Amino acid sequence: MASYTLKVRRYQPEAEEDGRRGAYWETFDVELDPTLSVLDGLLQARDGSDGTLSVRCSCRAAICGSCGMKINGQSTLACKTRIGEAAAEAARISGADASGPLISPPAEKELADGDGAPGPGTESAGNEPIVIEPMGNQPVIKDLVTDMESTHWKKFRRVTPWLLPSGPPPEREHIVPPESMVDVTQSVACIQCGACVSACLSMEADPEFIGPAALAKAYRFVGDPRDGQTTERLYDLANDPHGIYDCTHCFACVDVCPKGVAPMNQIMRLRRLAGHDHDIHDVNNGRNHELGFVKIIERKGTLDESLLLQESYAPGVKGKLLPRAASIKGLLQSIPTAIRGIRTGKMRSLPKLIPGVHPKLPGDAQDHVKAIYDRAEESRIQLNLYVIGEGGEEDQAAEAVEPESVSEEPSAT
Amino acid sequence: MKLAYWPGCVSRGFTTELHGSMALTAEALGIELVTLDRANCCGAGVIAEHNQELADTLNARTFALAQQTGLSMMNICSTCQGAQSECQERLDADAAYRAHINESLSGEGLEYRKDADGFTNKNFLWLLVEDYGLDELAGKVKRPLSGLRVGPFYGCYVLRPKTRLGYDEHPDRDLYLERVIEVLGGEIVDYDGARRCCGFPVITMNRETSLRQTGTHVGDALDAGADCLVTPCPLCHLNLDMQQPEAAKVVGRDLGLAVLHLPQLVGLALGFEPGQLGMPKHIASTVAVEDRIAALA
Repeated sequence: MASYTLKVRRYQPEAEEDGRRGAYWETFDVELDPTLSVLDGLLQARDGSDGTLSVRCSCRAAICGSCGMKINGQSTLACKTRIGEAAAEAARISGADASGPLISPPAEKELADGDGAPGPGTESAGNEPIVIEPMGNQPVIKDLVTDMESTHWKKFRRVTPWLLPSGPPPEREHIVPPESMVDVTQSVACIQCGACVSACLSMEADPEFIGPAALAKAYRFVGDPRDGQTTERLYDLANDPHGIYDCTHCFACVDVCPKGVAPMNQIMRLRRLAGHDHDIHDVNNGRNHELGFVKIIERKGTLDESLLLQESYAPGVKGKLLPRAASIKGLLQSIPTAIRGIRTGKMRSLPKLIPGVHPKLPGDAQDHVKAIYDRAEESRIQLNLYVIGEGGEEDQAAEAVEPESVSEEPSAT
Repeated sequence: MKLAYWPGCVSRGFTTELHGSMALTAEALGIELVTLDRANCCGAGVIAEHNQELADTLNARTFALAQQTGLSMMNICSTCQGAQSECQERLDADAAYRAHINESLSGEGLEYRKDADGFTNKNFLWLLVEDYGLDELAGKVKRPLSGLRVGPFYGCYVLRPKTRLGYDEHPDRDLYLERVIEVLGGEIVDYDGARRCCGFPVITMNRETSLRQTGTHVGDALDAGADCLVTPCPLCHLNLDMQQPEAAKVVGRDLGLAVLHLPQLVGLALGFEPGQLGMPKHIASTVAVEDRIAALA
């Protein structure tokens, strides 16, 4: 047994109605075995100190996905987080374990303003409080309970999360090759806990972003050979300004998912299918940007930034002769930045100003890069570590997956 | 200390001051850099989005060029670190896949080998703390940056996902910038944006989302009293510095905060002048920082 301090972000709407402060920090001291969970600690606080402390939970075994919250700033399941480890992390990030600098835990600054909260620095260094907050990007209903309907579930329904088969139903069942089900296994593993939505840094800036959970679920149906609306789904998700091209590739969802779904990887697979396999030229310049980037490296080996900008907005001859209004706007918007760059000297050279002047790699290096392109564009192997397992199982993986039989890009038809 | 050096694309493109300040700083620290001038772009996640095998092969080529020198590899870009670590994870996971990739490199006489203790590719920040050492760095400081209030900005690709980026072995990699600032004599500014996303990857696809992220973080750092930010990622620098005036319009407030590359901050403490480190090339004015440095001299 050990003692821990939980610093909980509370919100009591009824207090607000009475004219008292609704949101505040409160600390609870609990005593339990370090191998038990943060959820166990919260339930002890609720049972022993304050029966109004609200927390959503059910299975306590990381299966039901109910107890999503932020622990020390990290979105996670409270039942899957050992309280001893959470206390060690709290000490690490605050520098109280004597190895790091003194940076305050998340929201420490607000603490001083909170009603009934102890001032900063009142806790002993040996028992740094575990900071517990409700999930982010979702409205708080009470204490640690968030409104998942208005964000998570609404966005989830947005991607039509059911099969839309085409043609008359088969006489008996659909025959599906096992490998195409393996392909969607990772996105099927989602338990709808909302941790990825809570952590999503794109959604912080754009609340309308469809988001990691819903887009991972979209891949589950796009990748299913029984679905008859693959192209329509991809067209829709690529052209929505808050769709697959609104993801900033920050890996926050990959880091927090308790089930290894890696939602961002599923979003990148949607982009690969929409872009390469279906050649959907979306209004967000996603496909143009990808093609422009890939072609520049094939020709030059390193990035020609001004050419990438030009090709993202107005690709090829057609894009320049018949530019879309949005392309002209995009290019015009980048002019002030270029002028500032010329003024400070940052962009005061021909390769930086004129698209295409950028030099190639030296000697025959560029030819070898081109040869790599020729071979890789032919075979397009996609290694999924979720399916084959990661390092440490190399022999097994190597036996199971000969290069020729590595799972390739799933058929999109 | 001698290293194979991959400068990346952006440090020789829109942020040449990074490449220049790295050369000066490395020399002053006694780090010899062997530039991999035949190496290619890491793909920045975009090539992997197009064709995973293509990205893996291109980065295997860079690793093989580094291995040819017999040296460990250093990069100076969080994005290179993230994109290359992702490819290395797949290359190291599967011998058959690695053999397939190496066939594509054989025409150039190259081979990527998974050594017993693994191929080492570290960005300057990790290298500075883990290999060069903060005590050694402290010994080189000629001008402690006393009173300079610095906000760290890491960039996503050296933070996440932790399972891929060596956090098992080095759990404090998300605190290194603070430690370096402290050793250089500066003051750490605690603000919300330090470990968030700059938004750069979607600047051509969703300008509003992208600039709102940058504008919010710069504004938060200003509100926390920062004199400047420091970042180990030149792509973050493109948004935080080059796009800062545009970000100000999106978030509807005045900004104006200098954003330094990591080698520039180190260079200032080693005694180099702001002009030598290319700071006047920045878009967000560095004059306030330069004045503070001048007052220290």
